[in-house]
Amino acid sequence: MSFPLLTVTAALPAVGAVLTAAVPAGRRTAAKWLALLFSLATLVLAAVVFIRFEPGGDRYQLTESHAWIPDFGVRYELGVDGIAVALIALTALLIPFIILAGWHDADPLETKSSRWRPTQGFFALILMVEAMVVISFEATDVFLFYIFFEAMLIPMYFLIGGFGDRAHAGTDGAAATQRSYAAVKFLLYNLAGGLIMLAAVVGLYVVAGSFSLSEIVEARASGELEMATNTERLLFLGFFFAFAVKAPLWPLHTWLPNAMGEATAPVAVLITAVVDKVGTFAMLRFCLQLFPEASKWATPAIIVLALISIIYGALLAVGQRDIKRLIAYASISHFGFIVLGIFAMTSQGQSGATLYMVNHGISTAALMLVAGFLITRRGSRLIADYGGVQKVAPVLAGTFLVGSLATLSLPGLAPFVSEFLVLVGAFAAYPVAGIVATLGIVLAALYTLVLYQRTMTGPVKAEVRTMPDLKARELVVVAPLIALLLLLGVFPKPLTDVVNPAVQHTMNDVRKTDPTPEIEAEAAK
Amino acid sequence: MENLIALLVAAPLLGAAALLCGGRRLDRVGHWIGTALAAASFVLGLVLFGAMLGYDVEARTMRQHLYTWVPVEGFQGDIAFQLDQLSMTFVLLITGVGTLIHLYSVGYMEHDERRRRFFGYLNLFLAAMLLLVVADNYLLLYFGWEGVGLASYLLIGFWQHKPSAATAAKKAFIVNRVGDIGLSIAIMLMFTTFGTFAFGPVLGATGDATEGKMTAIGLMLLLAACGKSAQVPLQSWLGDAMEGPTPVSALIHAATMVTAGVYLITRSGAIFNAAPDAQTAVVVVGAVTLLFGAIVGCAKDDIKKALAGSTMSQIGYMILAAGLGPIGYAFAIMHLVTHGFFKAGLFLGAGSVMHGMNDEVDMRKYGGLRKYMPVTFVTFGLGYLAIIGFPGLSGFFSKDKIIEAAFASGGTQGWILGTVTLLGAGITAYYMTRVMILTFFGEKRWQPAPDPDKAASVEPGIEVTPGAMPHPHESPKSMTIPMIVLAFGSVFAGGFFSIGDRFVNWLEPVTQFEHPHPPISVPVITGMTVVVLLAGVAIAYLQYGRGPVPVVAPRGSLLTRAARRDLLQDDFNHVVLVRGGEHLTRSLVYVDHTLVDGVVNGTAASVGGLSGRLRKLQNGYARSYAVSMFGGTAILIAATLLMRAV
Amino acid sequence: MNPVNYLYLAALLFTIGAAGVLIRRNAIVVFMCVELMLNACNLAFVAFSRMHGNLDGQIIAFFTMVVAAAEVVVGLAIIVSLFRSRHSASVDDASLMKL
Repeated sequence: MSFPLLTVTAALPAVGAVLTAAVPAGRRTAAKWLALLFSLATLVLAAVVFIRFEPGGDRYQLTESHAWIPDFGVRYELGVDGIAVALIALTALLIPFIILAGWHDADPLETKSSRWRPTQGFFALILMVEAMVVISFEATDVFLFYIFFEAMLIPMYFLIGGFGDRAHAGTDGAAATQRSYAAVKFLLYNLAGGLIMLAAVVGLYVVAGSFSLSEIVEARASGELEMATNTERLLFLGFFFAFAVKAPLWPLHTWLPNAMGEATAPVAVLITAVVDKVGTFAMLRFCLQLFPEASKWATPAIIVLALISIIYGALLAVGQRDIKRLIAYASISHFGFIVLGIFAMTSQGQSGATLYMVNHGISTAALMLVAGFLITRRGSRLIADYGGVQKVAPVLAGTFLVGSLATLSLPGLAPFVSEFLVLVGAFAAYPVAGIVATLGIVLAALYTLVLYQRTMTGPVKAEVRTMPDLKARELVVVAPLIALLLLLGVFPKPLTDVVNPAVQHTMNDVRKTDPTPEIEAEAAK
Repeated sequence: MENLIALLVAAPLLGAAALLCGGRRLDRVGHWIGTALAAASFVLGLVLFGAMLGYDVEARTMRQHLYTWVPVEGFQGDIAFQLDQLSMTFVLLITGVGTLIHLYSVGYMEHDERRRRFFGYLNLFLAAMLLLVVADNYLLLYFGWEGVGLASYLLIGFWQHKPSAATAAKKAFIVNRVGDIGLSIAIMLMFTTFGTFAFGPVLGATGDATEGKMTAIGLMLLLAACGKSAQVPLQSWLGDAMEGPTPVSALIHAATMVTAGVYLITRSGAIFNAAPDAQTAVVVVGAVTLLFGAIVGCAKDDIKKALAGSTMSQIGYMILAAGLGPIGYAFAIMHLVTHGFFKAGLFLGAGSVMHGMNDEVDMRKYGGLRKYMPVTFVTFGLGYLAIIGFPGLSGFFSKDKIIEAAFASGGTQGWILGTVTLLGAGITAYYMTRVMILTFFGEKRWQPAPDPDKAASVEPGIEVTPGAMPHPHESPKSMTIPMIVLAFGSVFAGGFFSIGDRFVNWLEPVTQFEHPHPPISVPVITGMTVVVLLAGVAIAYLQYGRGPVPVVAPRGSLLTRAARRDLLQDDFNHVVLVRGGEHLTRSLVYVDHTLVDGVVNGTAASVGGLSGRLRKLQNGYARSYAVSMFGGTAILIAATLLMRAV
Repeated sequence: MNPVNYLYLAALLFTIGAAGVLIRRNAIVVFMCVELMLNACNLAFVAFSRMHGNLDGQIIAFFTMVVAAAEVVVGLAIIVSLFRSRHSASVDDASLMKL
């Protein structure tokens, strides 16, 4: 039996979480370093997975399979395709930065007793989320996936509700109220989605008699497993609803601005750059593969929802007064692009959507973490409280600008490649959708540059005058992310090589081919 | 030799990276590093030019393929370069003028504490602009296209502490983004039509596609060109862009970046040739902008904004020429090059004047400067003669050809375009003479320096004592030398290009060329141009040259007042787009909070209410629970019995 | 004797017990009524055992007795401690479980 690489990759952060949580109260720094160490070790393992994965090989690689609950045919089945490999790499990459960026976010306040151990809990919870996200990307058994898809909510709930942004406009009491509102809203939305999905999971088992993704897909492809049209559609909707809440897609998005606004910046990154990716990833893996016909049936409606998300999210971002909520609405717009790419069902759209997941993770992390550093310095999330920061903290302003430019998809930075691919893919299949989505790029310029202008330029505000520039720890967080944005912006080949074959498999599953160019089509006649 | 093309882009890019990431250590030498790398790029350009001249006319295109940028099934975006005669012309213009302006900036930005960063941005601009013109496909062109947009954004907003500069920078970027939509959609259309967006396959197959498709692509490219080249209706950003330091206005917003739209249209000539409707649209845009810019230029008292209006108008000429098809492409590019010389020279002259006048930009507060700044006066004067098309100077040759081509476009269209271009030449002569008289002739109308705290428009770094009278003086050598070199170009380039149709023959393999045959003979057109020109000069002289000029601008006619406000373009934008957008976003924020979120919160509240009511049944008395249990059991038993019975 | 008569008796005893539980307020009386209901069930079980001719009913009856004995222990303990704290054995006084 070969070395269970995938299990270990997922289990390592979980072990780290337990150990971090067990660190005694007085040894806060040790807990931080322990968490960082484990996240880095996970990164190394993820890199090994990335390298060991052969793009031209089998669809699912590094597979593991063990019986788990034989009575119901539930198996512990893991395996990764190119898309999962890319997203595992993204997750493992971002967690060390999240931990490093949140280094002081959970230091106990003076007033609390010495037995209180928030720091240990904070970092343990982050590692726990990482473990669950990684295993969700790896699971090829629907039931196994479902369990971790839902279990993720528990640590996330505590991270949002327990460790709020200290830079809150109101009093402590108001902050706590808002925070618990955000955490409960997050939980209820995602639980509702998850419960509907549970019904669909059970339904799938009743219809297919198995939870194994590959078995069901094979049986469907060979015609052994017939699904009535209506059954397939209902099951599809059950799955899609949960993923659309997680992604989040309009109109199921309102939990995200609350959650991202109230959580600390690193946790906000964890939500939007890591956890939400499970939603879009699952659309690609489960919705399209298990229910190809229903997916095609629902495409027009989903594309409309995606377009609304793109434009609506961008417009709302323009109207925000709170930096973090602005970034949250920008993310909603970007998730619209990802869903658009997935359901355009062209090679360019789907490759673009997968790249988009990775690139959006990196660019949002860069922007949000710098915004977090800024907010910690001034103690306010309101855009109006800033002004002229570039004069006093040029490096901070510069990195913030690069993050903003990445968010508006400037060529040369990673998100451009993915956004353009999504647009081209959508345009090839649905020209009108492509054109409408293109309007999003103007709005993106508007909300990012307005944010930059109001916070960083202009006369220096009195409260900002003494603001220190980025410290070494913060530079260590931001510099690699920016370097990565630049690198993937001009040389995305390592990612596309891994992603392309997986996308071709998915295209086969939904039995779609790319529209041929007009000239070639005519020549063929 | 081909492999040098990448170096052309890499040199300034290296400079940008070094200067922007290098930190304070490079503060003392940064500007020289930047200038040296720009010069290196220019030398490389000359070497490549020499090599190109050595090849046969048919085989002059050089290609270099670096690697595949975006490799996705069915979609190949390459990092690959193509250097043909058209690109070569641009490379030499960009690096040549670019190097001169780097040199000029060394003196101009001497007192600015962020000079290193300024040179980093300038180098970034050069790299992006070179990428734009040597790209061999539209996606890479788009890369450069947005790259110059970014550099322009950074440089317009270089003095970020001035809110006006930051706003102008943002406006420029966003208006350009609207144009970029055009380029994006054009690339998508090419992809769905041809399956590729590389120049060779697309431009070679334009005949196979339907005219409708070609028209659509053409119109989208025109939209892109309008954004970048500040053509109506996306021209509003250029005037505000004058908030940037003057060398930036000279390099980016006069000589090079704003002409990218002309490059795009000329490069895509094959597409426009296959789409007559799109060509008509191009011509209309060019003609409208040429008058629009000229009228705006007449009314502005800010010397840089007057020149910006002029730039807009001159690019209108180029766009118009490019819209005429093969009879116009070469002339468009020729005017572009000569314009690059004289307009850069004029801007540098304006910068020199401002440098000597405490950064005053209002021409009404100049006057009589010819004695104090002789070099600036002479070089500016030569640029002035060139731009109005004084016979024998550069502008005469290039503009005259465009007027000829306009007349030659045939039929009613020919007459209309010919008249518009002639009229434009007259207005050009008028507003440039006005600038000249107000600045260098007449009496001194100098004013004490404004209080820097009150006037936001003062450029920083230059120490200005509030209340001090300006002491105009000639600028240092590093500033005057570039001005002199550009003045040479303004005087001789046109004539040099025209000897034996040299320039046209040079470009012919890329752009094709048909000789224009205007309905009236060429000497008559030339004569008419000269007459119109003299009339413009005369009117300006009568108005400003004979008597004292008021320091405070008179109210002026309705047209003047509208022109001062950029013909109300900004007011329109403000009312329709900004206000409308604000209302839209505000109402959407409200909707999101009350409706979308409200539905969810409402559901939660009603569930809470229902449970509140159900809670009342739990009164805590064990006996009443027992009763309900008993009742429940009784009902169950009864139901079971009934079912049995049935 | 006809075993059905025992069932009638059991039903009668059960009804008396149930009525007592629902109507009386004294915890001790309620408790005794519960015992009465349990014993009515026991009687029925034994009668069934006789009617069907097997021992199942008798076995269940033993189970019930054990459970009832255990219940007496716990129940009386609760009542005694309730009486100690409140000086009352009325079930209506113990209504703190509601919100």
